[in-house]
Amino acid sequence: METANNNLTMEFTITAGDFSTAGKAASEVKRILGQIGFPPAIIRRVAVATYEAEMNIVIHSFGGKITLFITPRKINILCEDNGPGIADIDLAMQEGFSTAPDKIRELGFGAGMGLPNIKRCSDEFKIYSEVGKGTKLEISIKLVE
Amino acid sequence: MQLNQLKELLKCEVLTNEDKLDIEVKQICAAELMSNVLTCIGTNTLLITGLNNMQVIRTAEMSDIPAVIFIQGRKPNAEVIKLAQDKGIVILVTEYSLFTSCGILYASGLRCGLDGNC
Ligand SMILES: Nc1ncnc2c1ncn2[C@@H]1O[C@H](COP(=O)(O)OP(=O)(O)OP(=O)(O)O)[C@@H](O)[C@H]1O
Ligand SMILES: [Mg+2]
Repeated sequence: METANNNLTMEFTITAGDFSTAGKAASEVKRILGQIGFPPAIIRRVAVATYEAEMNIVIHSFGGKITLFITPRKINILCEDNGPGIADIDLAMQEGFSTAPDKIRELGFGAGMGLPNIKRCSDEFKIYSEVGKGTKLEISIKLVE
Repeated sequence: MQLNQLKELLKCEVLTNEDKLDIEVKQICAAELMSNVLTCIGTNTLLITGLNNMQVIRTAEMSDIPAVIFIQGRKPNAEVIKLAQDKGIVILVTEYSLFTSCGILYASGLRCGLDGNC
């Protein structure tokens, strides 16, 4: 955890395929935002977006990291993974599109709603992906108008 | 209604945070898909589900869902119970099926937390 000029940065490593620790990063983010005293509605949006992104890294990627940046004006969540990347981003963003296998569906995931959910929770949302390289999400939630 | 009353209606066993049965229940979300639950933005919404894994508790945590009802006596494992206990989430287990549970709750006046996007 680093703090400088009222900014706070935290980084979490996300392990692919580990369902017993999946959600720990989002949980930690939620706890810290609660401690700082942000409004519950803001915390919930950050927590849901972070959790969906974290689950996507656990389920669909080879692993990655999530970095939380808190500034006086907004909360940014940067999610980066090490591949395999998404071939068709427009398709992946469609509600209902999922490549999750049956054993993931049995756990309660694979509705194809995670990415649209993240977008809905964000004030700004950007997704970049390159097959063979990885996927990057930039999520931003405003603290002031 | 109070969680206490819901517990009686569904003849639930309480596995965690028994001191929190005075919570006011406003709506119910019945789902197997966690992303579906995560779109629900209402407060004091309970989750009733056929799943009983860690992600159910994580999903409840992120969505500020204060209590989770597991159906057909599907008690979760110790790891799941511990996480719920630590996060202050009440776990209730009913012997009723999903359909019957929802029917009882609907008849008692509770409504869905997902209809009309809350
Ligand atoms: N980090 C990622 N790396 C590779 N592919 C991804 C990644 N995130 C999403 N995808 C692809 O985009 C699809 C849609 O993602 P989305 O989160 O919307 O749905 P889902 O994860 O399949 O299901 P849900 O989120 O509802 O549980 C995924 O099925 C997967 O094919
Ligand atoms: Mg997803």
